[in-house]
Amino acid sequence: MGGCCDDRGFGRDSGVTSGEVRDHGTNRQKRSVAQRIAFVVLGIGSLFGFFFLGFILYWIIRQGAPALSWQFLTDVPRKMATEGGIAPMIVGSIYLTAGALLVAMPFALGSAIWLSEYAWKGWWVRAIRIGVNTLAGVPSIVFGLVGLGLFVYALDFGVSLLSGACTLAMLTLPILIRASEEALRAVPRSFREGSLALGATRWHMIRTVVLPSALPGILTGSVLGMARAIGETAPIMFTATAFLLTQPYPHSLFDKVSTLPYHLYALVQFNPHYNETKHIQYGIVLVLMIVVTLLNMTAIVWRIRARRSKAW
Amino acid sequence: MVDRAKTSEDRRTDASGTEEMRATRDWVKRKFFGETIIDVKALDFFYGKNRALKDVSMSIPKDGVTAVMGPSGCGKSTFLRTLNRMYEVVPGARATGDVRFQGENLLKTDPVVLRHKIGMVFQRPNPFPKSIFDNVAYGPRVHGLKNRKKLTPIVEHSLKRAALWDEVKDRLKESAFSLSGGQQQRLCIARALAVTPQVLLMDEPCSALDPKASDRIEHTARELSEDLTVVIVTHNLQQAGRVSDHVSVFLAGGELAEFGPTRDVFDNPNHPQVKSYLEGRFG
Repeated sequence: MGGCCDDRGFGRDSGVTSGEVRDHGTNRQKRSVAQRIAFVVLGIGSLFGFFFLGFILYWIIRQGAPALSWQFLTDVPRKMATEGGIAPMIVGSIYLTAGALLVAMPFALGSAIWLSEYAWKGWWVRAIRIGVNTLAGVPSIVFGLVGLGLFVYALDFGVSLLSGACTLAMLTLPILIRASEEALRAVPRSFREGSLALGATRWHMIRTVVLPSALPGILTGSVLGMARAIGETAPIMFTATAFLLTQPYPHSLFDKVSTLPYHLYALVQFNPHYNETKHIQYGIVLVLMIVVTLLNMTAIVWRIRARRSKAW
Repeated sequence: MVDRAKTSEDRRTDASGTEEMRATRDWVKRKFFGETIIDVKALDFFYGKNRALKDVSMSIPKDGVTAVMGPSGCGKSTFLRTLNRMYEVVPGARATGDVRFQGENLLKTDPVVLRHKIGMVFQRPNPFPKSIFDNVAYGPRVHGLKNRKKLTPIVEHSLKRAALWDEVKDRLKESAFSLSGGQQQRLCIARALAVTPQVLLMDEPCSALDPKASDRIEHTARELSEDLTVVIVTHNLQQAGRVSDHVSVFLAGGELAEFGPTRDVFDNPNHPQVKSYLEGRFG
């Protein structure tokens, strides 16, 4: 549309007569047709992404909304999970992701501080960075198997909340490291210099100036890490979960739990009553989507608020 | 540098005729040959392979204001940052030479201890995202003073010395960012003063401020120089003329071309390039 007007303007300005111009003119028309077609095709292409999102949301809400009720959210599963609610799975998901965060955060913060504050450029820093990025790309089922070998058997935590949290921690580690490092690097150099110039040691500076300034960013990153972890099935299905729990809620770190995605997986994969539990399946998905959306929105709100309160 | 200083001394002797000029010269000598607080000898500075300072030697007199001037990129900020080792935050930066401060080569001492004695105010006001009180109390707290009852008088005294107390005494708990740019810079001065340094380095402290705020900073610097040595980097000739007792002029390439009492250097520069710099022909 804008291009069309530009074209006309160009034609007028050029002020050349004769057939040459007409040639250019037809050429231009051809080109503008091609351009328009390209716009339309690309526009449709971009609509697809939007369309799929819309379709998924529509489908989930249509199928899952009828299942949502107070009882669904607060009751335990009954009759081989064909009736009742999903409260233990919600609790299990929260325990596992929160546990993963607790386990991963000290490591993530430590390596982020080291990477951004202490490490000079060198091959080992580059190696660590590559390692962290590769860790982010490792398929989640690999974490599951490693977790099974390491935490369940080698460290003898058993199939438990603890093993699952540790395995999920490995998965979220690169997200947390990257988010924390970014937040730390965003702290202006002038703060650091101001602190050092007053005779502070590097560690004192980090503790009193850098970390407090980076905290909102680090929190935002950890919420995003949680949002990532809560949807994972593969890392926890060997290490933490059971479909039919002997007790709905874990009493210790060494108890088994179930989570929303795992419960769904089990319902669909192993349960002979696929059709009877359909509303529960979509209910779970809807709850999961709501939780993830809420987590992401929390992160966005925190980020905006942190940005607004920043005066630098 | 040494030769040039000698020739300038000769010329001054030749030029001095009247009583008034002799009196000026005596005053100048007292200032010039008075106590030295930082004695810089053969200082070289490198960023990687780039040489930023070339064989710089000068004796910074105790108390008073010493201005450091020169065209952009001449290494005047670098020079200032060697005096409290702040250049070390830049990877690959290194300084060689002998910079005597309290009988020690400060290039070889512990920078953390050194910075307790040599404070710094930066080009742009850089208060921490904390309250006004906490900003000023930051330094003493670094030293391990945690007691609020003991901190309060220090904060008050520092803010008074930086001529900010009257404006902020009722809102010490407010964020430092609620202050104007000029107030923030005076807060940074107060913050530096709170650790009672003997030398205060100021790196173009007025370059981000309007003329009125600059004026107040200059005034503060003058007052502080009664019992404190102020070394101020500035590219503003008028400012250097107003505020400083001594002035050193660097030239591109990190060479110290001229150092002496301000009036002397301004009225009678030796180096032809310094002359044209002072006349505003470059830089």
